[in-house]
Amino acid sequence: MQRRNSRWLIGAGLTVAGALTLSACGSGSGFGSDTADSGGELTSDSSQGLSILIGSSGDAETASVNAAVAAWSEESGTDAEVSVASDLNQQLAQGFAAQKPADVFYLSTDALAGYASNGSLLAYGDELANKDDFYPSLVSSFTYDGDFYCAPKDFSTLQLIINTDLWAAAGLTDADIPTTWDELATVAKTLTTGTQVGLGIGGEYARLGAFMAEAGGSLMNEDSTEATANSAENVEGLEYAQTLLNDGSMKYATELGAGWGGEAFGKQLSAMTIEGNWITGAMTNDFPDVNYTVAELPEGPAGKGTLQFTNCWGIAADSPNQAAALDLVEHLTSKDAQLSFSADFGPMPSIQSAAEEWKSANPTLAPFLAGADYAKGVPNVQGAADVVSDLNAQLESLKTGDAQAILDSTQKNLEALLK
Amino acid sequence: MSTSTRMARRSGIRGGEAASGWLFTAPMIILLGMFLVIPVLMALWVSFSDWNGRGSPFSGSVSFVGFDNYSALVGGGGLAEQDFGTALRNNAWYVLLVVPIQTMLSLFLAVLVNRQILRGRGFFRTAFYFPSVTSSVAITVLWLFLFSSTGAVNKLLGFIGVNGPNWFNDPSGVLHNILGVFGVQNGPAALTGNTFLGISFWEWLAGPSVAMSAFILMAVFTTSGTFMLLFIAALQNLGGDVVEAAMMDGANGWQRFWRVTLPQLRPTLFTVLTLGLIGAWQVFDQIYTGTQGGPGKTTLTPAYLSYQTAFTNQAWGQGAAIAFILFVIIVVFTLFQRWLLAERAVSARRMRLYVQTPTPGGSK
Repeated sequence: MQRRNSRWLIGAGLTVAGALTLSACGSGSGFGSDTADSGGELTSDSSQGLSILIGSSGDAETASVNAAVAAWSEESGTDAEVSVASDLNQQLAQGFAAQKPADVFYLSTDALAGYASNGSLLAYGDELANKDDFYPSLVSSFTYDGDFYCAPKDFSTLQLIINTDLWAAAGLTDADIPTTWDELATVAKTLTTGTQVGLGIGGEYARLGAFMAEAGGSLMNEDSTEATANSAENVEGLEYAQTLLNDGSMKYATELGAGWGGEAFGKQLSAMTIEGNWITGAMTNDFPDVNYTVAELPEGPAGKGTLQFTNCWGIAADSPNQAAALDLVEHLTSKDAQLSFSADFGPMPSIQSAAEEWKSANPTLAPFLAGADYAKGVPNVQGAADVVSDLNAQLESLKTGDAQAILDSTQKNLEALLK
Repeated sequence: MSTSTRMARRSGIRGGEAASGWLFTAPMIILLGMFLVIPVLMALWVSFSDWNGRGSPFSGSVSFVGFDNYSALVGGGGLAEQDFGTALRNNAWYVLLVVPIQTMLSLFLAVLVNRQILRGRGFFRTAFYFPSVTSSVAITVLWLFLFSSTGAVNKLLGFIGVNGPNWFNDPSGVLHNILGVFGVQNGPAALTGNTFLGISFWEWLAGPSVAMSAFILMAVFTTSGTFMLLFIAALQNLGGDVVEAAMMDGANGWQRFWRVTLPQLRPTLFTVLTLGLIGAWQVFDQIYTGTQGGPGKTTLTPAYLSYQTAFTNQAWGQGAAIAFILFVIIVVFTLFQRWLLAERAVSARRMRLYVQTPTPGGSK
């Protein structure tokens, strides 16, 4: 017995010693650059090429980004390689933990706060030459703790998509395109038949939030410093959506047997939907025979309102060549690059100087860009993604639920984040 | 005393054995240590630290925060606790249904295909085993199609006049739905008013959601083949003499199975239950590829929540803490089951069945 014990102890001792040695190696390899802050000089080790990590929507986007990066690489003489992430969040996290992150990468609004607060990101916004050209609401989406962190890559807004054939079949004309909530309720009812529903949307905050915006509400204030989820305006917005649901003139895409609003719309299960400009790609590829038009969302009690979604080009604080990365980002957010991205895979340019050209190139999609004037961003405080997914879970049963109670619990969760 | 034994050991003819023993096991110890023990210890440290995902978790800027990460999960009162409670609730129902059903089904299938008289046994064995060798991602995608609102399952249900649910989009709990049929829409105040881990007892009793039920069916479908194989191996190891003896004693087929065959399968049963339990508590890939926790968070599981908390929400300590709580749960369940299935002396009540009592009239 004693012998066995001592052997076991030796084994355990060896393991622990091994663990300590290895962990010592782990901590020893740190670069001591934990205090990298935005105020200092940019690193510019030009011996190293840049790596760019993107979360691509498909081949068109990959090819387009590749071409733009290759053009910059040629011009600047710095090597740059684009890789497509299969799970962007996970691959970013791995890179940051190993202190070998990609130099430039796509970054979503809800991931910003997490990476900004742990010092992974370079707050380079103020050093951009084209800083003032970005839409102010996009800049505030990527401002954390007073610092403008990263350049908005592009953006999308939600608007009303209408199936023109079903519209005409129901005896409606252009004059009937809804401009108020009452008109929307009326046409939705007119368009609802045995085989189709008037309005089919995704049952989540990222769609229903548009009604909250039209009523004048939002989950948090502009700077994400105060929770305003259970305001009377938000309740009014959700209750309006609730009446449409109970009317039977609006249904969630999942109820219609579709994965998202665009699929329900393309399959003609709904005559209208609320989606962003990404729907154009899906319509061209999957439902080329469906004719549709885009209109601005109707005004609510507080006038026009919609939500906007955006990503930015993040630069890693640990990047050895931040100067080149910044130059690349300036190139990728330039008017020419953004307009060619837009032509290739559909997003709207994030800079105001490209607006006119984009509108004349895409006259039918102009309502999406018009949304930039009044669109509201989604909260970007750390942990907000969890709160929104909790809200989404509750919105699934909005039809029978209590709007006030749903928003109260979201308010409580958001307030907890701000403590 | 101890020095003398050591001396004796060293000087003997087998003195060098210890060294060569260590040498031979060294590759495995190093491999296991490097890829298993050390990462686990590192994760344990992360669960007690405020590491934020940047750089090494052992660097100077990371500090020890005691049980902060754990207490946020089990008593924080916030969203973290509520999500963790929901995930545990979902997974507990999943385990409660998957483990018994898959064990019974696999045993049943094993007994069926083990019969000598069955024609084409090989075919059936392969057929039942097939789902187990298919990747779980492929099966999940298949399941998403089969159980879509207009999918094959609902078409079949339609033939017999049942209006099938919108499987993967239906967050309602099965038990709540059954109670709803009897007109019970809201639970008694005692259940709805009190909460455990942030969700009310009434919600704990909701049962698996309709979406989770589809996953339960899938788990049973994919794993019973593997466990059937274990049972077949065990059945083929059983000597025919015991069963023959039972036959001679006049036991019928039913009795032979329950009183003779099944008790001999106890070690295999333990293996199957343990593996099933561990697999069911760790369900991840189906959720990751299928529903990402939706609808209404009713397919959120601790394993998926741990991943989401760490990678999406950047709360690494909390993510690691979830993993360790899950580890403790699995160990406790396994120990409990080991105790339950332990060999014990036959109880007096049971013994009466086996004691030969001379019957005056004789048996038929």
